[in-house]
Amino acid sequence: MNNLNVAKIQLNGDPYKINEGDSLEKLLISLKIQKGKVAVEVNGHIVERKKYENLILNNDDKVEIVQFIGGG
Amino acid sequence: MEDNFIIANKSFNSRLIVGTGKYKDFQETANAVKKSQADIVTVAVRRVNILDKNQPLLMDYLDPKKITYLPNTAGCFTSEDALRTLRLAREMGDWKLVKLEVLGDKKTLYPNMIETIKSTEVLVKEGFEVMVYCTDDPIMTKRLEEVGACAIMPLGSPIGSGLGIQNTTNIKIIKEQSSVPVIVDAGLGTASDATIAMELGCDGVLINTAIAESRNPVLMAESMRYAVIAGRKSFLAERMKKRNYGRASSPEKNLI
Repeated sequence: MNNLNVAKIQLNGDPYKINEGDSLEKLLISLKIQKGKVAVEVNGHIVERKKYENLILNNDDKVEIVQFIGGG
Repeated sequence: MEDNFIIANKSFNSRLIVGTGKYKDFQETANAVKKSQADIVTVAVRRVNILDKNQPLLMDYLDPKKITYLPNTAGCFTSEDALRTLRLAREMGDWKLVKLEVLGDKKTLYPNMIETIKSTEVLVKEGFEVMVYCTDDPIMTKRLEEVGACAIMPLGSPIGSGLGIQNTTNIKIIKEQSSVPVIVDAGLGTASDATIAMELGCDGVLINTAIAESRNPVLMAESMRYAVIAGRKSFLAERMKKRNYGRASSPEKNLI
């Protein structure tokens, strides 16, 4: 862990640190989020679920993870 | 008698659509939805709470495979935000049937019809089936139909107000002139309001606050189920004519 460089991203509006080179898939796993139940936007673009694994997050990336909640 | 509720070529049993907001917890939401026997529930799209990894998920209480999720754009004040929300919703589970609502004012929660029409056009072009929350203006609802809305959802009174149907004449006109389903979307406060909407000939009603903010939401959900059925059957049965004077119900001949 100490040997890895850190990337600072914006996650749902707040600063968040990940390891440099981490994929979106890895971020979701670390957050214990089941990918079938959310949708993800990176820098304003929706990311298809099959692309999570190969999408490497970079410094300053803006990541939005959304889900369904109760609403009228 | 077969009387299915058809929206965008899909057939539903219940003409009651319920919202899933404002409940005490997801368990109460699920219990109320079950008692309402609704086939469609509206849901909102929001950020995942990153800090609380164990927070319950709506999907664990209401199975989207068993009930139709109708993603909404509640809280959106621009076309851009509404489109973004529904595109995300579609990505989440290939939901094409959506509820569009673009608000124009925080106090009245009245829809911004200019942005609403603009958004409907874009969504229809992108392949969405759009049920549209709108004002009770027959010119606006006609325009929505022309740009491809699959259901017109005028308000009866402001969202969450519980004032019931304040605009019976407009709702009637909209129903008469529309060839897509008309669903009263906002303002219903109690069971009789739902019955009135259905008696006016509306194809369905969408209710959230009247159920969630009642003292016993699960019981009110059941009451709404019956209110909608009663109103629909009453509409189909075609009510008696009104008279200004009394007419006896028992035969007047052979009185003792």
